[in-house]
Amino acid sequence: MLKIENLHVSIEGKKILKGLSLDVKPGEIHAIMGPNGSGKSTLSSVIAGNEDYEVVKGNIFYNGENIEDLSADERANRGIFMSFQYPVAIPGITVTNFIKTAINSNLKARGEKEMPAGEMLKKIREKSKLLEIDSKFLSRSLNEGFSGGEKKRNEIFQMAMLEPNLAILDETDSGLDIDALKVVANGVNKLKNDDNAIVIITHYQRLLDYIKPDFVHVLQEGTISKSGDKSLALELEEKGYDWI
Amino acid sequence: MSLKEKLVSSFLAFELDTDTNSKVHEIRSKSIKDFEKIGFPHSKDEYWKYTPIKKVLNEELTIFKKKRHLLEFDKVKDFFLGGIESYKLVFIDGMYDPLWSSTTHEGADICILSSVLENKKYSNVISKYYNKLINEKESFSLLNSSFTKEGAFIHVPKNVELEKPVEIVHINSGGESSLMLQPRSLVILEKNSKAQIIESHYSLSVNEKIHSDKPSTYVDPLTNTVTEIHVNENAKLDYYKIQNDLETTSIIDSTYIDQKSNSEASCHTFSFGGNLVRNNLNFFQNGKNINSILKGITIIGSDQHIDHHTLVHHSNPNCESHQDYKGIYNDKSTGVFNGRVLVEKVAQKINAFQQNNNLIIGDNATVNSKPQLEIFADDVKCSHGCTIGQIDENALFYLKTRGINDNDAKGLLTYAFANNVLENVGMQVLKTKIKEIIARKIGINIGLEL
Repeated sequence: MLKIENLHVSIEGKKILKGLSLDVKPGEIHAIMGPNGSGKSTLSSVIAGNEDYEVVKGNIFYNGENIEDLSADERANRGIFMSFQYPVAIPGITVTNFIKTAINSNLKARGEKEMPAGEMLKKIREKSKLLEIDSKFLSRSLNEGFSGGEKKRNEIFQMAMLEPNLAILDETDSGLDIDALKVVANGVNKLKNDDNAIVIITHYQRLLDYIKPDFVHVLQEGTISKSGDKSLALELEEKGYDWI
Repeated sequence: MSLKEKLVSSFLAFELDTDTNSKVHEIRSKSIKDFEKIGFPHSKDEYWKYTPIKKVLNEELTIFKKKRHLLEFDKVKDFFLGGIESYKLVFIDGMYDPLWSSTTHEGADICILSSVLENKKYSNVISKYYNKLINEKESFSLLNSSFTKEGAFIHVPKNVELEKPVEIVHINSGGESSLMLQPRSLVILEKNSKAQIIESHYSLSVNEKIHSDKPSTYVDPLTNTVTEIHVNENAKLDYYKIQNDLETTSIIDSTYIDQKSNSEASCHTFSFGGNLVRNNLNFFQNGKNINSILKGITIIGSDQHIDHHTLVHHSNPNCESHQDYKGIYNDKSTGVFNGRVLVEKVAQKINAFQQNNNLIIGDNATVNSKPQLEIFADDVKCSHGCTIGQIDENALFYLKTRGINDNDAKGLLTYAFANNVLENVGMQVLKTKIKEIIARKIGINIGLEL
């Protein structure tokens, strides 16, 4: 589904990713762990299509298509989703209006009809229940004055609504207390199936207690220095990143 | 002959049609003399520095209209709120139009100024409230006081809560060239009363059928409106101004609001069009525990110009004022925000908040924003902020990662930017109408639930 080959990325002339390769197949969960400054957030931004980053070398294929020249919205239309570490607050647009607009924009871009209001409402109800979000929350301005936990829950709610093929979760566990973490993890697990894939980008292995990855990769100095299974995450938690 | 000379000499002819022995006429006579002394403002005056007023002071302008124009209902119906019962005061080319109006004298007076101005029954009210708040050094207010004849009169007695909003609708028929209109309104809320008022200005494009001059010589109308508002103890007023006019017509609006203790007054100014629009909004706090709210949304393009000059005069302790003005400027349009907050020495423990945010979309648009805080008290909370910028790139990226294309995402962010000012609008139909206008102005049509 996602194939990254020898990716080199710079921002403002500074090299961040230096030859990163990754292969994610449908039905898999990959965790990418690494110390601060190793390039984790750069990787998620580049996959999502942030134009501030320059791909100097290498390729990103999504379902066999080279997506380098696609804008962020075109990538989203094809089923790529990114949960932000720091979601942006947009006063003046409610969560409900935002998600409706997003869903219908994707449908329109794919040449499909808009979702009927009744169906939309039903889906919003269903998915907000999954993430234990109450209806008052849905009529608030997007991310404005949200607590850390509310922001992350809202990100996963959007993921649930948009049903992406590939979800990149960037530091979704940061700023979450243990109860919120469980709710978010439970939401993600319920959304997982054999056709989609998830890439979890995280500093700590805490989230991986609740969302079990098939593969764990260590990102250090812009490249993947070690890959393994779930046990690698526990080892990292115990020994830190220096032993690799 | 200059426009000033022409207007001054028009006064003699105007006088013939009025009761020259009345108190009101004394005010008219004094005002025209004062106007003659000071004349029109100049771009060298600090108060008019950023607004090229000269360009609308066409020598062809006249206060005399040639004939009366009537409009069919389908021409005017879109200018009403709709979907809600309301009192209506409709003026076409400055003249009261009883056909589409709905007035009352039961429970409250909602009628026209000409019927009370020189009427003995109302002489106490007029002498107590009329022409008491006007800035006598301000040319346009003086000019309006000189030619005061028609406008809205709203008097809400003690303990009365108006159950319906009042719509004041000014329409230019497009049937007559060179009109300079001088509408004058007086609004009085007695103790413990409550009212909601919507004032709007619209113009129809030049109507060749009823227009007697050649369209090529048509000079667009200039409206010079003055509103005096008195909000007495414990009263609550919500005033809304909708300026959604043709790109060719101009308005100079001077509004003066006097508040007494424990009163609350809000004024929302929605400026969506006009060649040149100047709003002089003045709040005077004359009592304790007063709350004044000033909000504005401006969305303009082409080479339109909109200027908001606000004044909040804090002359008493323990009062509040909140100002929040948002502007969206496209093409070559220009905007001005000058927010003056004057806090007198005795006005301790007040809280004055002022915010002006501007989004520049057009490459050649200009905004001049000037907070002007004059604080003479030492125990007060005064804050102000002002931004002029473009659409936030981080927010744009966030929206795009959700599948919303660049154009729609920009539209949505622009809409959100303006929409935020509407949270205090309590009247749902009005809120929806304004949101619709905003969405149309910004050009978004992405199925938002407005």
